[in-house]
Amino acid sequence: MSSDASAIQFFSGFQVNDLWFLAEAAGGTLLISAIAISVGTFFGCLFGWALTASRWTSLTLGSVLDVFRSVPLIIQLLLFFNFFPIIGLPIDPFAAGSIVLIFYTSALVAQVARGGIEAVPASMRRASRSLGMTYWQDMRYVVWPVGLRAVLPAWAGVALGVLKDSALVSVLGYLELLRASQILITRTQEPFIILSIVGLFYFALSYPISKTTAKLEQRWQYD
Amino acid sequence: MDYTFHWRPVTKAIPDLLDAALLTLEAATLSMVIGIVLGMGLALLRLHGNRPLYIFATVWIEIARNTPALLQLFFFGFGLGAFGWHLSPFLIVLCGLSFNNAGYLAENFRGGFQAIPDTQIKAARCLGLTATQTYLRIVIPQVFRLVYHPMTNQLVWAVLMSSLGMLVGFRELSGETQFLASNTFRLFEFFLATAIIYYLLVKVVLGTSHLLSRKLFRY
Repeated sequence: MSSDASAIQFFSGFQVNDLWFLAEAAGGTLLISAIAISVGTFFGCLFGWALTASRWTSLTLGSVLDVFRSVPLIIQLLLFFNFFPIIGLPIDPFAAGSIVLIFYTSALVAQVARGGIEAVPASMRRASRSLGMTYWQDMRYVVWPVGLRAVLPAWAGVALGVLKDSALVSVLGYLELLRASQILITRTQEPFIILSIVGLFYFALSYPISKTTAKLEQRWQYD
Repeated sequence: MDYTFHWRPVTKAIPDLLDAALLTLEAATLSMVIGIVLGMGLALLRLHGNRPLYIFATVWIEIARNTPALLQLFFFGFGLGAFGWHLSPFLIVLCGLSFNNAGYLAENFRGGFQAIPDTQIKAARCLGLTATQTYLRIVIPQVFRLVYHPMTNQLVWAVLMSSLGMLVGFRELSGETQFLASNTFRLFEFFLATAIIYYLLVKVVLGTSHLLSRKLFRY
């Protein structure tokens, strides 16, 4: 093939420029997971509180959130993405991906937040109320600091999970790391190298967080 | 809204979907069994192995836990293709899920092994049990009880993860749905039906595991 100068080159190998492309795509992964984690955590804490507030909310909200944890994320994404054209509002992959990831994250965080609230002994909360604190003061100054410590590792686990699960948004066509890898594989025909590099990118994003939380967890065990 | 829902193609395809759901369960349980064996081995290597083996186990576990499952699947699918190894879609999903399960379960098992007091092992050895007997009769039954709940979670997770098979051409529940949906253009209807089937599948798995735990851990 190469002897024929006029032959069209269909594929070109991996170049240094492609690293920039992958880095940009890593930015896409970070962006969508940062949105999902921050907004999802906010709603997740609200839902978690609602789950402990009364039996009625616990039952209804609990079963709704359960759906998000029992249906594969990829099905949720495709369902949501295909639902909007039906009501005449086509939605772009980024918006659809972030909305579904936010729901997904908040369903997972709600579970964690409920665990945190329940981790605070009832006697401690009664004591704070006896001291004259209002319900919200009790929440803010007693439940929040104690519960936060109990569930921070679990929350970090959820955040890491969402960072990795954001890879699925590639199915809708949003340009993030995994989608970039598919594009590059199509061009270079070198799947092994490219998947290794993308794996390294993910590892570099996720490993520091998991190590930091493991350290924090260990330190907090003793005080 | 000028969209009319057509449920007929979906109702007609329900037997196909249920068959595919069985395939999903099959892949998930099989990968779980392999994952438990490998995960147990990895946990023991991390606790008792020599340096190279310890590094091997640690690298496996960290890669499995710190990269997306879909990337791991692609690695078994496309990555190995670079070396001329072409796995069938079923094998891709099975290898990918087993690799992932093993990594996650190994950490659970390690926690379980560490929770068994050393004195029990010493006592067992004093009573004349061999090392293998000590593990099989004293340590593993207790570890199993400790990790039963995380293992159930991992099984649910495996059922959900097997949906990624759709992206490597495996015709389990999601792959079959994708196939049928693109044949009939009833995307929303098919994916809704599949979501319901997954929901029921997860409930069945959780219910079975709950019943089983009541039978297994009566004391």
